[in-house]
Amino acid sequence: MIGIVGYGAYVPNYRIKSSTIANQWGNDPVSIEKGLLLVEKTVPGMDEDTITISVAAAKNALKRARIDPQKIGAVYIGSESHPYAVKPSGTVLIDALGIGPHVHVADFEFACKAGSEAMYVAYSHVKSGEMDYAMGIGADTSQGAPSDALEFSASAGGSAFIFGRENVVAEVLFTHSYTTDTADFWRRDHQSYPRHGGRFTGEPAYFKHILGCGRALLEKSGMKPEDFQYAVFHMPNGRFPLKAGKELGFKQEQMNEGLIVPIMGNTYSGSSITGLTAILDVAKPGDKIFMVSFGSGAGSDGFIFQVTEKISEVQDLAPKTRDMLNNPKKVYLDYGKYVVYRRKILFNEY
Amino acid sequence: MANSQRYTREIPRRYRLEAQKFPSGFVSLPRRYVDPISGSKEYENIKLKGTGTILTYTIIHVTSDQFKFITPYAVAIIETDEGARITAMITDTSFEDIKIGARVELVFRKIMEEGPSGIVNYGYKAKVIV
Repeated sequence: MIGIVGYGAYVPNYRIKSSTIANQWGNDPVSIEKGLLLVEKTVPGMDEDTITISVAAAKNALKRARIDPQKIGAVYIGSESHPYAVKPSGTVLIDALGIGPHVHVADFEFACKAGSEAMYVAYSHVKSGEMDYAMGIGADTSQGAPSDALEFSASAGGSAFIFGRENVVAEVLFTHSYTTDTADFWRRDHQSYPRHGGRFTGEPAYFKHILGCGRALLEKSGMKPEDFQYAVFHMPNGRFPLKAGKELGFKQEQMNEGLIVPIMGNTYSGSSITGLTAILDVAKPGDKIFMVSFGSGAGSDGFIFQVTEKISEVQDLAPKTRDMLNNPKKVYLDYGKYVVYRRKILFNEY
Repeated sequence: MANSQRYTREIPRRYRLEAQKFPSGFVSLPRRYVDPISGSKEYENIKLKGTGTILTYTIIHVTSDQFKFITPYAVAIIETDEGARITAMITDTSFEDIKIGARVELVFRKIMEEGPSGIVNYGYKAKVIV
């Protein structure tokens, strides 16, 4: 049996409400909260970035996996906010966690699906028999330009998954990927913020790839939507994944547990996979989980997991995702503080 | 943390909390050549668990350029559960929760950036457990 042996998530402590951003730019807060189902989003602390978020998530995954970090043969971090243009995020992470130096490390980038991509490759290494354990991580401190629609959703957080053969908590039953060249969302080198094609990001991009991947995954597996307890999709807002899920035949009850975007925002590479951690936190042995990510540019990775009897042994070994999101000590920022935390204003060089 | 060579050498201490334990029981992070109690140069390497207690702290309002956008912030002297006494910035904690005797966990954070083109310095900060 091959699958997830340890999983962990991390979200920062800071938040900004959609209404705070809407009021800044003269938008209607109700249309954001009720229309896009975006209530608040996470904001990274000034001492946090994709590397520190990845380290925190990976530490939680190691707590659940209960394995010697030295046994991990590969580490991949998927993100569109790697702190360096040239110097890997993964090297910092392996030295912080005591993994390696005999380890294969690479940073991945594929807009919002870089995390599931890292999982896909990590899983494949274990499946090939090349190594006992491999880790795939998705994390981001997402960028959204001031006053752009993305500013309501672009948030921070991430999740890590260790794949192995022993003590599997969620077996990978099927995978599928669906990719085309679609210019829906991009960021050029040295640009601070991404640009996107507005409504073009919907049907020709998000829905085409999520539905294309999802339908192929159902066909490949021979399963029906009603065979699954949970389904989770990439969450650029609350409305898109619910619409895509319903088109595939899933009911809202199957999607509610993983739908964390109203209180987390879109963590880009960490979006659907952090929804997956929220599902694993409450899943029971035998439950089947349907996950399809989406990354602009564009593509989707699909996974079908079946939860094993080992899940109950590990759920309480690290902080649960919804507990972190609902942390009573979370700190709300006003727009002025927010632009400083996200470095949206120019500072003097020092 | 003045340059990339020195930064790289300090990774085991700053990333993984690798400390020295001398035969007298004295635990040190950062590294030192001689046990201040026995004078011994022998020691074993140990890895700190990352939990401890605040011995004392101060709130910084006026600081150097690298940190001026995060003021005010707290810096504490912390005794780890193994007995090492370390200095660490406090993060993600409201000042009202920072007290002498408060329990902390050490978390992996960005400490500073060496300007817009230099390396990013990572290491431990302390977060009060509430």
